Amino acid sequence: MELTLWTYEGPPHIGAMRIASSMKEVHYVLHAPQGDTYADLLFTMIERRGKRPPVTYTTFQARDLGGDTAELVKGHIKEAVERFQPTALLVGESCTAELIQDQPGSLAEGMGLGIPVVSLELPAYSKKENWGASETFYQLIRGLLKNQTPENIQKDPEDWKHQKRRPRVNLLGPSLLGFRCRDDVLEVQKLLTEQGIDINAVAPLEASPADLMRLPKADANICLYPEVAESTCLWLERNFGMPFTRNVPIGIGATHDFLSEIHEILGMPTYNPKDERNKSRLNWYSQSVDSNYLTDKRVFIFGDGTHALSAARIAKEELGFEVVGLGTYSREMARQVRGMAKELGLEALITNNYLEVEEAIEATAPELVLGTQMERHSAKRLGIPCAVISTPMHVQDVPARYSPQMGWEGANVIFDSWVHPLMMGLEEHLIGMFRHDFEFVDGHQSHLGHLGGVQSENETSQKQRAINCTQDTSSEEVPIWTAEGEAELSKIPFFVRGKVRIKTEKYARQAGCRKIDSETLYDAKAHFNS
Amino acid sequence: MGGATLLKETGPREVFCGLTSIVWLHRRMPDAFFLVVGSRTCAHLLQSAAGVMIFAEPRFGTAILEERDLAGLADAHEEVKRVVHDLLKRRPEIRTLFLVGSCPSEVIKIDLARVAEHLNQELKDHVRVLNYSGSGIETTFTQGEDGALKALAPLMPESEIDQLLLVGTLSNSVEDRLVSLFNRLGIKNVASFPPRQSEDLPSIGTGTRVLLTQPYLTETARVLKDRGAHILKAPFPMGVEGSELWMKAAAQSFNIPPSLFESVLNPLISRSKKALEKYKEKLGGKKLFLLPESQLEIPLARFLHRECGMEIIEVGTPYLNREMMQPELDLLPDKTLVMEGQHVEKQLDRVRDKKPDLVVCGMGLANPLEAEGISTKWSIELVFSPIHGIDQAADLAELFSRPLHRHNLLNQKLLTHA
Ligand code: SF4
Repeated sequence: MELTLWTYEGPPHIGAMRIASSMKEVHYVLHAPQGDTYADLLFTMIERRGKRPPVTYTTFQARDLGGDTAELVKGHIKEAVERFQPTALLVGESCTAELIQDQPGSLAEGMGLGIPVVSLELPAYSKKENWGASETFYQLIRGLLKNQTPENIQKDPEDWKHQKRRPRVNLLGPSLLGFRCRDDVLEVQKLLTEQGIDINAVAPLEASPADLMRLPKADANICLYPEVAESTCLWLERNFGMPFTRNVPIGIGATHDFLSEIHEILGMPTYNPKDERNKSRLNWYSQSVDSNYLTDKRVFIFGDGTHALSAARIAKEELGFEVVGLGTYSREMARQVRGMAKELGLEALITNNYLEVEEAIEATAPELVLGTQMERHSAKRLGIPCAVISTPMHVQDVPARYSPQMGWEGANVIFDSWVHPLMMGLEEHLIGMFRHDFEFVDGHQSHLGHLGGVQSENETSQKQRAINCTQDTSSEEVPIWTAEGEAELSKIPFFVRGKVRIKTEKYARQAGCRKIDSETLYDAKAHFNS
Repeated sequence: MGGATLLKETGPREVFCGLTSIVWLHRRMPDAFFLVVGSRTCAHLLQSAAGVMIFAEPRFGTAILEERDLAGLADAHEEVKRVVHDLLKRRPEIRTLFLVGSCPSEVIKIDLARVAEHLNQELKDHVRVLNYSGSGIETTFTQGEDGALKALAPLMPESEIDQLLLVGTLSNSVEDRLVSLFNRLGIKNVASFPPRQSEDLPSIGTGTRVLLTQPYLTETARVLKDRGAHILKAPFPMGVEGSELWMKAAAQSFNIPPSLFESVLNPLISRSKKALEKYKEKLGGKKLFLLPESQLEIPLARFLHRECGMEIIEVGTPYLNREMMQPELDLLPDKTLVMEGQHVEKQLDRVRDKKPDLVVCGMGLANPLEAEGISTKWSIELVFSPIHGIDQAADLAELFSRPLHRHNLLNQKLLTHA
């Protein structure tokens, strides 16, 4: 038994719902009590869908348990198929139904419905949402394609050459309630089309069972979200000889690697990154002088496996941050995350417990947190800026505007959304200088603007700390400024004077001098410069 | 005598389970903690219904059952205790702990009553441990509050004093207002249950007259009655009329002179009726369809018809307690269709067929109906909002007229061009 206050992932049948709801012409009969219908709001409220998920809940009650729940299940299946006329049916159960063991899947298979029926067994007491999505996607594709597997699985990914056509690929993994999937699909389509690669099918998002049936017509698969699509890609590789990509194109480096990889898989002419150099602004923005202040910013990263790994690489290689913490709630991807953490000289945090993550953030005292909505709240409490990089989804993570994470445009979006919570370089410089001026202490804000939201909280908390600091020191002996010292201090430009005064006093206390004259001032300067 | 047509329907339902009540109960009693013994689904439900907005360290959580808990029962009981001790160590401010049963804990028969008893012995007087079920196989949505209050009721001290007890969670501001009005009527001893602090329990006994503030407290009412209290029969305090009759039931029981009752309430009544005029114009003649969820459907239909002039197409209710609802049913117009239970698909067919101007429904259905051009009001908002009492009547009407107003603002101008 595990005490849980907030969770990163729902139960596995929510993953199955994500697949069913992403698709067309699929219906899911879920043997579950009435309260489990809350799941509809994830799609209609959080994802703002104008359609109900294609799910029929059997909503059995305690009084049904004494009687024939199997008949009840069959009744619901029959009605759902008649009403919704799906071309493929998923049948499964949630946590409670798993305990009564009605086996709705086999019941449905025995009903002669005349459509493919995929029975889902998703262990609710040991697995979670992403696993459920992955398993459902895999079972559905396997169910539809298992009779088509060729004898000879020697597939040539260069068939397109002999057939005198453009190469074509499938995009696998994008789903509802996945982070920015809607826009990633468009961006990756664009990316591939520019390289002369066509899209054969996208799944599960907006795919019909017929689309799944034609997956083998592609030359290769793009595994966009390993959490959801990797097991399917592996199966298609084993049974249809279709190779698939391992690189997820989030960030400049990863997008280059992804393009090289797909060129190589398809036997296309060697990919030259130079041709794509100016496709994203991230490179130049990161090089531009204002970004100097990003140097070695300490970031803490936590999210699902895919997004945490990508974020770590971008942070280190493309923005010049220092990664001080890395972790994931995706146990399925723990190995890779551990590997990446090791490369960064860190120990990965693999946990479902948001309080542990909060403790780790507090302990590493980063300047920026890249996390989920949970970390956004934790960071807010700790007064640290935060950008959200991963599910679990919140209505804010489904913006109206185009905002992919993948490809060149995705890199632009990432630059903006990670850097925005921080202060602009010039701005930070000025605020640092003016922090101790009365305008600031009185709560005035910089006219340099946009200190809304997170930043202003951050600013407040820094102020708070400054105040605490004065209180702390007041208990110790405060060194006295000599007239000569004051005179020297007044020569220092006003916008750094406060800072110099405080630093000098700090030095004086450390050094044990009771009086500050001009010499102490220069000693302090030398001390802090060295 | 009004003759509502009472029908029943069965089929797939679309309602929350009783666990959902925790979302408002934990706010009412900040020194209590609600520990669900359940599955990841239960935890996810609470999180999704509560939204991530009320973050901090929530005063509710889930002890999630895992494979090994399902294997042996003795284990599961010990495990609950372990989780409780860990929790209390971390959160020493907890005074009352509710162990809340769920579908999985009911199906595998975890005996939370026994666990609570053991814990009470172990913890002595530091924390009181109670239990009830919020499972979806036995309860819907607001019934969870009924269960929690029923579990709390035996702890109320015995006393014979003459008092009025308001039963059901109210927002603090509404509670204060109602208490002060009863005081003005000359009823001095007015207590509330649940209290604002879980340990400040009101007393109960033969001198206690109970007014239910919410229509879903059947079991709680029964327990209070068993302890000697007298349950006053009245419509529920929604709208001017319902609130007046509700207060009148108390006034009569305390022998308050009618002249005093009128002199205190009449100014409020005429003020609220005036405030309602504006909404009557907007809502009058508009067709209303209420899907089942909170149990508030019948009182709301009564208010929206009688005081706002809406035409009632259908009133859904997850279950119907005839005795408790009789004063409400009496006020509905002849042949109002009251549908107990649900077949969500057939009900939505009727919605599409009847083309109502406004549908009251759960969050899962709202946007899909909006996308079909039908205005909606979420029922969950009604259990969070201060809607009780004469003074709130206009605010209550406003909640329903806002979606219609918005529909007029936007739909014709924008969406038809889309
Ligand atoms: S319906 Fe049952 S299993 Fe589902 S959330 Fe409610 S109590 Fe938990």
